[in-house]
Amino acid sequence: MSHPISTEDIIICEHVNKWYGDYHALRDVNLRVKKGEVIVIFGPSGSGKSTFIRTINRLEEHQEGRIIVDGIEMTNDIRNIDTIRRETGMVFQQFNLFPHLTVLENVTLAPIWVRKQTRAESEIRAIELLERVGIKEQARKFPGQLSGGQQQRVAIARALAMSPRILLFDEPTSALDPEMIKEVLDVMRELAGSGITMLCVTHEMGFAREVANRMVFMDKGQVVEEGVPAQIFSEPRQDRTRLFLSQIL
Amino acid sequence: MASTDLSTGRTRPARPSIDALGWLRENLFSSWLNTLISLVLLWMIYELVSGLAGFIFHAQGWSAVASNLKLLLTWTYPPDQLWRPQLVFGLLALLLGLSAGVWRGITLVLATGFGALCLIAALLALALPATANQVALQAWQMCLAAAALVLAGYGGSTAARERLRWPVVIAWVLLYPTVILILRGVGGAMPVVGSNLWGGLMLTVLLSASGIVLSFPLGVLLALGRRGNLPVIRWFCVAYIELIRGVPLVTVLYMASLMLPLFLPGGENIDQLVRATVAVTLFSAAYLAEILRGGLQAIPKGQAEAARALGLNMFQTTLLIMLPQALRAVIPVLVSHFISLFKDTSLVVIVGLADLLGAAQGIVGQPQWLGTPGGVWRETFLVIAVIYWALSFTMSRSARQIELELNIGKQ
Repeated sequence: MSHPISTEDIIICEHVNKWYGDYHALRDVNLRVKKGEVIVIFGPSGSGKSTFIRTINRLEEHQEGRIIVDGIEMTNDIRNIDTIRRETGMVFQQFNLFPHLTVLENVTLAPIWVRKQTRAESEIRAIELLERVGIKEQARKFPGQLSGGQQQRVAIARALAMSPRILLFDEPTSALDPEMIKEVLDVMRELAGSGITMLCVTHEMGFAREVANRMVFMDKGQVVEEGVPAQIFSEPRQDRTRLFLSQIL
Repeated sequence: MASTDLSTGRTRPARPSIDALGWLRENLFSSWLNTLISLVLLWMIYELVSGLAGFIFHAQGWSAVASNLKLLLTWTYPPDQLWRPQLVFGLLALLLGLSAGVWRGITLVLATGFGALCLIAALLALALPATANQVALQAWQMCLAAAALVLAGYGGSTAARERLRWPVVIAWVLLYPTVILILRGVGGAMPVVGSNLWGGLMLTVLLSASGIVLSFPLGVLLALGRRGNLPVIRWFCVAYIELIRGVPLVTVLYMASLMLPLFLPGGENIDQLVRATVAVTLFSAAYLAEILRGGLQAIPKGQAEAARALGLNMFQTTLLIMLPQALRAVIPVLVSHFISLFKDTSLVVIVGLADLLGAAQGIVGQPQWLGTPGGVWRETFLVIAVIYWALSFTMSRSARQIELELNIGKQ
């Protein structure tokens, strides 16, 4: 890896449990993420991986256990939730760009309203970020006028505009046409090298092998196995992991 | 060149050229049945057009409209104070023009619609026998002046877009109270004119505009309340909406007009116009809430999630993400509602207000038309129908333009 990983934990999840009615969605999930780590979470659909990363910024509420993000415990206190959300950016499967705002306005919205930056300074920063993800020339267009890959890159720029310390990716390439996956993965690869902490739910095993520091395999709401990519791919300890990998590779 | 098929070298059959006679033969008289239908329809069209033309050119009631233009427009508002509604008219025109220059887009559409309407009204007023009275003369000058003010405002503000942004916003906020103040008066040079003297088109427009403007925030709150997490507020909103939607506007008007004074201390002193405005507002808000709720429900869940993930609070998410998208999704229904509200205001006649319809009734009943064979009601009501139609049509066309304007980002 090109950057050093700190020994300090930035995300701590202890005994996290969640139910939807009677359905036990997360079962005793434990995970510690160090500052600067890139974690890939994978597993069959319905395994709770999306639900899990959505508990980290409280888009889903956990019912038991503790989640501590950057030293702040996630409680029902709205101020804690807001603080954590300011420090974590999220990229969604369906992009979720705001269709009534231009690309530039999408990126500057949160800096202006949440960080209270002036329009001018937030726009300068937004243009820098759009350049970084390779779509500076689309700044004045509306999301509906862009391709899926371009929209997802705008979504990444929008998340980065808040200068988050943690980025959460919820299947960022699953809704994309095959020829657009690469352009998004290239951006994510570049981010992974920049030292930001990343949690990615993804099935892109090539990306995982290349940039992940650790991989977490989830099934039926549980963390079945975690390890470095080399170990997960060559000698998975659990049969379920081996079976799943043999199905998707 | 285009007529030569390259692969075979053959010329394509020429497009059959059809002259007018050929077209008629092909489309209207191709068989004996078609011929019969065409002839019957032609005869009906002829009867209709000639009947209408005969009515328009030979009816004797037009002078009733021309000589009573003042009543139709402002009812019994004191003639020497007419400059006040005129001032309001001019203010509105100027403000629309200024906004169009500052923001373009939607406001430009609205200003254009308003200006066009003024121009057409000016031409129509000019066509009236100007000798009939002073008001006809004033009317076309007024309308022309309003159109000019729109243009002037547009020109002036285009030059100073940045500097005028906030002043114009503030002017819009102050417009409503200012209008009421001007029309009602404060004494001195502007003696108080009680709202019992207001009427005609002025009252119709004022009542509809008040209804639309005032019911809007109320409707938004009701829609949000109905979708919110707080049970007590949700139940209240549901109860309110279902209650109001369950009764006709007439009932609400009667309630406000006759019952309100019984409930409120000193209620009998409440102005009749205020009562009607309250009724129209409360009525409209319930419908608006349901229209907006539909728009809010059409927004994908991911939108609110993305906003919250960015750290926007509930208030910001609602104001910046949810409402703008909901509003744009429901513009056609919204305008449809406003148009029907505009026409529904004619019901205030039953609580004793003389709006456009009430003024028309008043004119028809004037004793000097007793001798006119058939009375003057056909001409008078035709005129107010045209006025209602012209305003509604302008609203719907403007809405269509606004939709086109807003659709830039969508595909």
